[in-house]
Amino acid sequence: MRALVKMVRIETKLFLRDSATLIFGVLFPAGILIGVGSIPAMAESTAATGGLRSIEIWAPTALVFGMVMIAVQHVPAVIATYRERGILRRLSTTPVHPRTVLLAQMIVAFAFVLVSAALTIALAWAVLDIAPPERPLEFAVAFVVGYAALLGIGLVSAALVRTSSAANQIGTTLFVALMFFGGAFLPRALMPDVLREAGEFIPPGLQALTSAWSADAGDVTATVSGQPFWLQITIMAGIALVTCAAAAKLFRWE
Amino acid sequence: MHKSYGEHVAVDDVSFTVEEGEIFGIIGSNGAGKTTTVEAVAGLVTPDSGSISVWGHDPVKDRAAVRELLGVQLQESSFPDAIKVSEALELYSSFYRHPADWRELTRLLNLTDKHNMRYKALSGGQKQRLSIALALVGNPKIAILDELTTGLDPQARRDTWSLIEQVRDRGITIILVTHFMDEAERLSDRIAVIDRGRVAALDTPAGLVAQAGAAQQVSFRLSQPLEKSVLAEIPEVTEVKVSGDQWVVTGRGELLSSVAGALARAEVVATELRGDQRSLDDAFVTFTGRAPESTEGKAD
Repeated sequence: MRALVKMVRIETKLFLRDSATLIFGVLFPAGILIGVGSIPAMAESTAATGGLRSIEIWAPTALVFGMVMIAVQHVPAVIATYRERGILRRLSTTPVHPRTVLLAQMIVAFAFVLVSAALTIALAWAVLDIAPPERPLEFAVAFVVGYAALLGIGLVSAALVRTSSAANQIGTTLFVALMFFGGAFLPRALMPDVLREAGEFIPPGLQALTSAWSADAGDVTATVSGQPFWLQITIMAGIALVTCAAAAKLFRWE
Repeated sequence: MHKSYGEHVAVDDVSFTVEEGEIFGIIGSNGAGKTTTVEAVAGLVTPDSGSISVWGHDPVKDRAAVRELLGVQLQESSFPDAIKVSEALELYSSFYRHPADWRELTRLLNLTDKHNMRYKALSGGQKQRLSIALALVGNPKIAILDELTTGLDPQARRDTWSLIEQVRDRGITIILVTHFMDEAERLSDRIAVIDRGRVAALDTPAGLVAQAGAAQQVSFRLSQPLEKSVLAEIPEVTEVKVSGDQWVVTGRGELLSSVAGALARAEVVATELRGDQRSLDDAFVTFTGRAPESTEGKAD
């Protein structure tokens, strides 16, 4: 326990010293939301947005940026580097189990994604007048479960790759794929139904996040044959469990 | 113990006992099985057969107990670039039940003014010293130091040697893996020569040299004439060469004193009398049939 507390403290400091992750994972989501929100077209409402401003529907995508960045790019890169450079191997000669390293990484990754999300939601409210999540409890559940599913994917990638450069390549590929379904390139409101429904199965589960943040926005992005909220959450929880179990099974310390 | 990786036999049959408080040297060529052997002691490698007991504990079955007792400095290990010296030491001391005072260790290892330096900014010698400090931070009874002076400059090597002696003086038993003969000879109380996965010899440095029976030479100048047979008859002597007034006598055992005694009895005065002491290098060649690695770099 003492070792875990100490490791979380030191990994937090290391995270803060990693300026790229700090900027892209923690500060960038709020920044891009403000940036996109300042585009005049995003402030307009159209028939396709059900009378809402486009930015209100797009806002959860900014959150997904930070979540994907930290869970799928940062965490696997750190673990791959630790493995590649023998840091895990060195740790395995001490009484602490390297499992503690993973746990510490997950705690730190979770803490920073919370900061990232809080910053984004606060600035969205303050600057763009987007109300904070209407259903805070559901939103928190959707966020935590969706993030766990992303972390699970990140950990599987960390378990499989041999080198930090491979971790970065896989991380970038996953980032692009996940961000596509996360609506970064094409707002979800404009996606065909089949892609929107696929997005309900793809971490972090943007539809659940959107509908918990704003029921109206959720109605706009939902499809007729889409899954209900709690089923989406269950799917994310299932993905989180399967990926974490797979990661634990596949993991190598060397 | 025995350990194979597929077809490749890393350790064929290695067996030894390390006494409490000694510096136990393990020497051998690259790929001889030194590192695999100590990694098995540290519990990083599970032997295929044989048994290992570290203070009565099996490194694989009693993982936790052995890790409390053992401090390890590995060849291929590192620390995060951005971690500071003090943070690495604090972190590692939190892993152990009865850690040493890491501030005192930084004094011993001459790192006190480096507390706030990041790992990446340290020089090779400083990284090695930090690595030794981290191996000692858990207050181990035994420290395994694997090739710790590889890549260091001569001054840093000498500094590290005196440091190892200070560590031993603190009562810590040391297993020193090296491919530098001078290092093993200078530091070790006893040395195991490992060759092709087997212990080729195990003795004190002097004992190994004597065991190898390597020939010694005594050379001197004589201004007076002397019959060769006077020296050739000494049991230890195998060969006597004379060119002008320069004599070279080859033999074994207490050669120098035998020759000096014979010269005294013959009432001749030798000048520039010197004995050429055979070194561990020569013994190594005798035991393994090959020269010790002289190249710097990674060993097995």
